[in-house]
Amino acid sequence: MRKRGDDNLAGPSMSIIHLSQGLDASRRISFQMPKWLLIMPCIGLLFVWTTFPLLTTIYYSFQRYNLLSPMMTGSAGIENYAYLFTDPALYAAIANTLILVGSVVFVTIAVGTLLAVLFDQDFPGRNIARVLAISPFFVMPTVAALIWKNLLMHPIYGVFASIANSIGLAPVDWFTQWPLLSVVIIVSWQWIPFAALILITAMQSLDGEQMEAARMDGARGIVAFRYIVLPFLARPIAIVVLIETIFLFSVFAEILVTTGGGPGLETTNLTYLIYIKAILEWNIGGASAAGIVSIVVANVVAFILVATVARNFAK
Amino acid sequence: MLSARQRTTLYSGIAGWTLALCLFFPIFWMLVTSFKTEAEAIGGMNSLFFVPTLENYTAINERANYASYLLNSVVVSFTATVLALAIALPTVYSMVFFPTGRTKDVLMWILSTKMLPPVGVLVPIYLMFKSVHLIDSRAALIVVYTFGNLPIVVWMLYSFFKDVPGEIIEASRMDGATTLQQIRLILVPLTLPGIASTGLLSVILCWNEAFWSINLTSTAAAPLTSLVASFSSPEGLFWAKLSAVSSLAVAPIILFGWITQKQLVRGLTFGAVK
Repeated sequence: MRKRGDDNLAGPSMSIIHLSQGLDASRRISFQMPKWLLIMPCIGLLFVWTTFPLLTTIYYSFQRYNLLSPMMTGSAGIENYAYLFTDPALYAAIANTLILVGSVVFVTIAVGTLLAVLFDQDFPGRNIARVLAISPFFVMPTVAALIWKNLLMHPIYGVFASIANSIGLAPVDWFTQWPLLSVVIIVSWQWIPFAALILITAMQSLDGEQMEAARMDGARGIVAFRYIVLPFLARPIAIVVLIETIFLFSVFAEILVTTGGGPGLETTNLTYLIYIKAILEWNIGGASAAGIVSIVVANVVAFILVATVARNFAK
Repeated sequence: MLSARQRTTLYSGIAGWTLALCLFFPIFWMLVTSFKTEAEAIGGMNSLFFVPTLENYTAINERANYASYLLNSVVVSFTATVLALAIALPTVYSMVFFPTGRTKDVLMWILSTKMLPPVGVLVPIYLMFKSVHLIDSRAALIVVYTFGNLPIVVWMLYSFFKDVPGEIIEASRMDGATTLQQIRLILVPLTLPGIASTGLLSVILCWNEAFWSINLTSTAAAPLTSLVASFSSPEGLFWAKLSAVSSLAVAPIILFGWITQKQLVRGLTFGAVK
């Protein structure tokens, strides 16, 4: 612990610490909880909480287990998986999940960055505008989906249809013509404030003098943004990508309320596919197999993200 | 003529306000619609002017016990948040000030538990709560939310505790402070703003969580998310009532968010900014 030369560098408080340590450390240092006792509740509980259901799901995924036909039980071997992998619904759901996550992450970061840059300027009423802009973050998914589906996107009575009619355009039947895009719009609306919140916070710590110096050198607008702001925001953007991806994998209520996964399978993501199997078909075995596949997909994506993003962050 | 700087302020003011109003419009429209009659509600932009009515709110009050849903949301969100903070605090204290070679890996593992999509473990967790008769109980939701938010809480606290100089903790140890005293008298006061914004985020996430609340509760423990979901199918055509029940569901958390937004804006970085 004590290295040679330390004492020369240490301030007064450090030498006092060293002194007391040297004199009667055994008497002065009171009871310290062992580290494992501090860590155990969190790690242990989290381990049990995640491992037990995971193992149970793996077990069920190899069982014949349908609540509608309780007589059919026993080992199913890889039957559930074999059936799942021949089901086109699985591939549609994986594709929809990735499209949904990817587009929402992209849109929220683009708009969030724009908001962060704008709210960095000191314009009148900035604080009120900021409060309004981040408000969607507090709206629960069911409510968000219901407002957008009915009040805004309804092809006859919705606000968008009114606007389209008033300027002489044919109103769009959002959930029939562009179902996945509609879900992307709703989910993006909910998550733009999250990206904006983190990026606004980050902008606040951007060095004003550096910006000023760049301005003196003639870097303005796009150039200043490209070479000073954007590199500075790289780390917070990486965090937004990571956290949003985790949450967006489980988008559920928005789909349940608006499209019910349809038309066809066009808005069925993995979460919704499993929900259909488990709750509507009572097929626990099949749902568990799909659950395991979704966990694998999530972890592949997570692995890629962690390798590129999070290691960097945790340093 | 405006100077270059004034022009920048003007343009960003216009753009900022436009964007902010667009983002807020759905919430504003929901509030407005909740005070219309059903006939006016489907009038789109044609019924911009109307005489406000409270009939939708009265109708909801007759059909559902709003107070009970609100109470469930409040109790579940705050209890789960306090529990998650209490479990996370000592662990993060230990990870930040007494790191071992494996601390980084443990931190990654904790976050990775969040990669487990809830739906992947819906069946076993549902059956587990069923076997101990906790379906439709606040306790079940509290347990699920506590563990659901634990990884996020750990990560945020980690980023805040990292800013506390290790020498302060070390000095207090030498002065005879026990572990709990170090946490309670030194660490918590120093990082209170950070802990507060962590708690805020956790409360908001709990309040708005819709997957578990819909699947694990029916009536007794149903929070506001379930109330809204229950209005969505049979009442889907009654937009004014739908808007009123939605407004009731989001109003408390929006007010809470507005009051605490300064804290949220200051704290929500996940350590992305030094």
